[in-house]
Amino acid sequence: MTGVENLLWLIPAFPLAGVAINGLFGRKLGDRVVSVIGPGVVGTAFVLAAASFVALRSMPSTDRLLQQTLYNWLPAGEFSASIGFQLDPLSMTMVLVVTGVGFLIHLYSVGYMHGDGGYARYFAFLNLFTFAMLLLVMADNFLLLFVGWEGVGLCSYLLIGFWFEDRSKADAGKKAFIVNRIGDFGFLIGIFLIFWTFGSVAFADVLPEAATRLTLGGDLAFWICLFLFVGAVGKSAQIPLFVWLPDAMAGPTPVSALIHAATMVTAGVYMVARSHALYEMAPQVLALVAGIGAATALFAATIGIVQNDIKKVLAYSTISQLGYMFMGVGVAAFSAGIFHLVTHAFFKAVLFLGAGSVIHALHGEQDMRTMGGLKSKLPITYWTMLAATLAIAGVPPLAGFVSKDEILWRTWDGGHTVLWVIGFITAGLTAAYMFRLFFLTFHGSFRGTKDQWEHAHESPLSMTIPLMILGALSVVGGWIGLPAALGQPLGGIANRFEGWLAPVFEAGEHAAHEPHAIPPIEYGLMTASVAVATLGILVAYWTYLRSPDLPSRIVARSRGVYALLNGKYFVDELYDFLIVRPFYALSRFAWRFIDDGLIDGLGVGGTGALVKRGSRIVSRWETGYVQGYAMAFFGGVFAILAYYYLFR
Amino acid sequence: MTGVDVAFWILAAIAVGASLVVITSRNPVACVLFLVVTFFALAGLFVTLHSHFLAAVQVIIYAGAIMVLFLFVIMLLNLGQEQWFDVSNNPLRVTAVVFGAGFLALLVGGGISGLAPTVRGPAAEISPDLLGSTGAVGTALYTAYFMPFITIALLLLLAMVGAVALARRER
Amino acid sequence: MVGPAHYITLSAVLFTIGVIGVLTRKNAIIVFMAIEIMLNAANLALVTFAMTIGDVAGLIMVLLVMAVAAAEAAVGLAIIVAMFRHRETVNIEAFNVLRG
Repeated sequence: MTGVENLLWLIPAFPLAGVAINGLFGRKLGDRVVSVIGPGVVGTAFVLAAASFVALRSMPSTDRLLQQTLYNWLPAGEFSASIGFQLDPLSMTMVLVVTGVGFLIHLYSVGYMHGDGGYARYFAFLNLFTFAMLLLVMADNFLLLFVGWEGVGLCSYLLIGFWFEDRSKADAGKKAFIVNRIGDFGFLIGIFLIFWTFGSVAFADVLPEAATRLTLGGDLAFWICLFLFVGAVGKSAQIPLFVWLPDAMAGPTPVSALIHAATMVTAGVYMVARSHALYEMAPQVLALVAGIGAATALFAATIGIVQNDIKKVLAYSTISQLGYMFMGVGVAAFSAGIFHLVTHAFFKAVLFLGAGSVIHALHGEQDMRTMGGLKSKLPITYWTMLAATLAIAGVPPLAGFVSKDEILWRTWDGGHTVLWVIGFITAGLTAAYMFRLFFLTFHGSFRGTKDQWEHAHESPLSMTIPLMILGALSVVGGWIGLPAALGQPLGGIANRFEGWLAPVFEAGEHAAHEPHAIPPIEYGLMTASVAVATLGILVAYWTYLRSPDLPSRIVARSRGVYALLNGKYFVDELYDFLIVRPFYALSRFAWRFIDDGLIDGLGVGGTGALVKRGSRIVSRWETGYVQGYAMAFFGGVFAILAYYYLFR
Repeated sequence: MTGVDVAFWILAAIAVGASLVVITSRNPVACVLFLVVTFFALAGLFVTLHSHFLAAVQVIIYAGAIMVLFLFVIMLLNLGQEQWFDVSNNPLRVTAVVFGAGFLALLVGGGISGLAPTVRGPAAEISPDLLGSTGAVGTALYTAYFMPFITIALLLLLAMVGAVALARRER
Repeated sequence: MVGPAHYITLSAVLFTIGVIGVLTRKNAIIVFMAIEIMLNAANLALVTFAMTIGDVAGLIMVLLVMAVAAAEAAVGLAIIVAMFRHRETVNIEAFNVLRG
């Protein structure tokens, strides 16, 4: 189907057109038109993506690659990079998630952002984000990927600080961009090293050559993968560059859903998966990836338990789940990591959109301590959020269970017992804090003002339809990736997701098509994770519903621990002290001393003063006194004569 | 010591002495008159060099025309006395004198002692009396050096016009 | 025996006297006269050389120098007269308009 290849460019082109129209003419066209164009272009992109998916599926499984090179962008001596797109199963998966979930969130935004003064600007930025993200996942070389990478970072900044009149929101945007930058710097060095080693940055040139050009466990592989991972750490909010994500909640809730849950933050995972050929040559870095992923997962979960703002809980939950994804790719279970990425997109989107629905109903209230009992007021939100919360807690047979369990099994199977334990504990904590959120928000008695209760109402259709669709996906979405352990007993259902991605990750994955003996330990671990999830739910239930004063008693007993967790381990304060303050001091020095003092004072002012003084000295020679001038003539003649007579 | 030598020394002494007076006298008219003396001495020196024509021209033009002009102007402007040449008061003057002495030493000590001409011109064998005579000068002026002659004529015309224009009273 | 060297030495002496005169006198007219002394010293040297090497060009040059000196004296004195009309003096120290 060679015809399809030539239309690959249309997939990102539509959102780009949306940017142009909404950005340039949005104000004139009016909110109604923007509401159609904004989601419309993404929807069209989704349709095109679905068509490409069908085309891809019709190709033989070893050959599934659609490619289109638009033009040679940077021919520069030995280096050249082109604007080219490719769709292999991995990119296809990402494109479907980005356009599908993206479309639903665009639709939701129509309702959520209704009446906002920057309506057109919002959709322009959101379209721009979609465009950049598509560039990122469809790129066929590292440089174009990086362009998309930077683009989503920019949109993140623009959208977090969307309501920029509020200083703290604008600051949050800056923080996100700056922390991202640190990661980007590492990423760029990684790309430089790749070019230096392989002579090209195109995937087709680099990835197949990885095994031949790099030595297993060698220095070059180590540094390349390490630097690339630095970029992933920044973009995907892992330790130590996670600090921007909680602050990013200052943006509108759909933004949090799309960018900081479903798509942008997963770019790091995608990038590692895409470069799997390189990572397989650097096992130490993979171990580091898995380690950091696990540590971040646990770390963020412990903070999430004590947060009171509904969006902050979800933010830390995202960081934690991203940790799971990195743990997955870190133990070389690449398709498992991507699978969790997909399911997480579904249920995290629901969680954020649902939270947005609640916030919308309560006119901006975000503190869970003043919520409660909203089940009766927001039924659709309630049921969809229940589905998503069960999914994230890892209750079978919902999507979250399938993907998370796959990661945990692969971790154990790969021999990383410690990581498994960490993942196991985190699963319990996840269930606990997510159901804490759920119970506090929807159950019990309402703790807010009477006014809020009167005005609380379910959200309009534009917001509830996406919730319902995504909620359904959170339930059934996992079934495409049912592991063999469950599929076989159920009549030989193969793990279709893994099979779909297998050609991309050929080495390092074992064939999932043929039936093979399933070790009983797998069932044991599965049961254990379900058990710990149930335990977490029960703990949350007991603590927040049965005895509501229990939390305060626990806090009173463990003031120190609580302060540590509530203060987010004071990481922000540490960074402020170690990094931000010295930088401020340095820039103040540069400003006062170097810029004002040296350059302005000495350079500019000094040059002026010098010229003034010099000219004052020189002008003393202009006496207007003719005989003085004559004396000068005579002196010159004398000197010349002396020279000739005496020295020649 | 021939007569020419005696004449030279006497005329040289007069010339130097008179010019010294010119540059030191307080009275402008005295300066003019002593300058005339200098010019005559110089004319005499020209005679000792056998260039009779130029001696005559020197007297006519310098002493006769230029000095008269100077005198006219001095009388016209009705100048009074001025401050006498006072070496100790003015550093410029000290410098000038010192410089002058040095200059002289340079010229004399440096170059003049070994002065023997290495070039002989076209009329070297002709007797100097013939060379410096009016006929010789005139012939050269109207044949070989005719262009400079015309140019000088123009220059004199210019000078005349310029002088009249500059000295005119403003209306 | 008086030879060219003596004449040239005399010329040098006269020239130096003229230079000192230019540099030290304050009356513009007297400065002019010192300049005339310098010109005459040059003339003397020229004549000496012309007669020594036997080239009549030197004598022609002298003639031209004299003509130029005459022209210069005329114009210069006209300038001095104009100057006098402005400042009522010919003290060159009073004419320092180019100062600064």
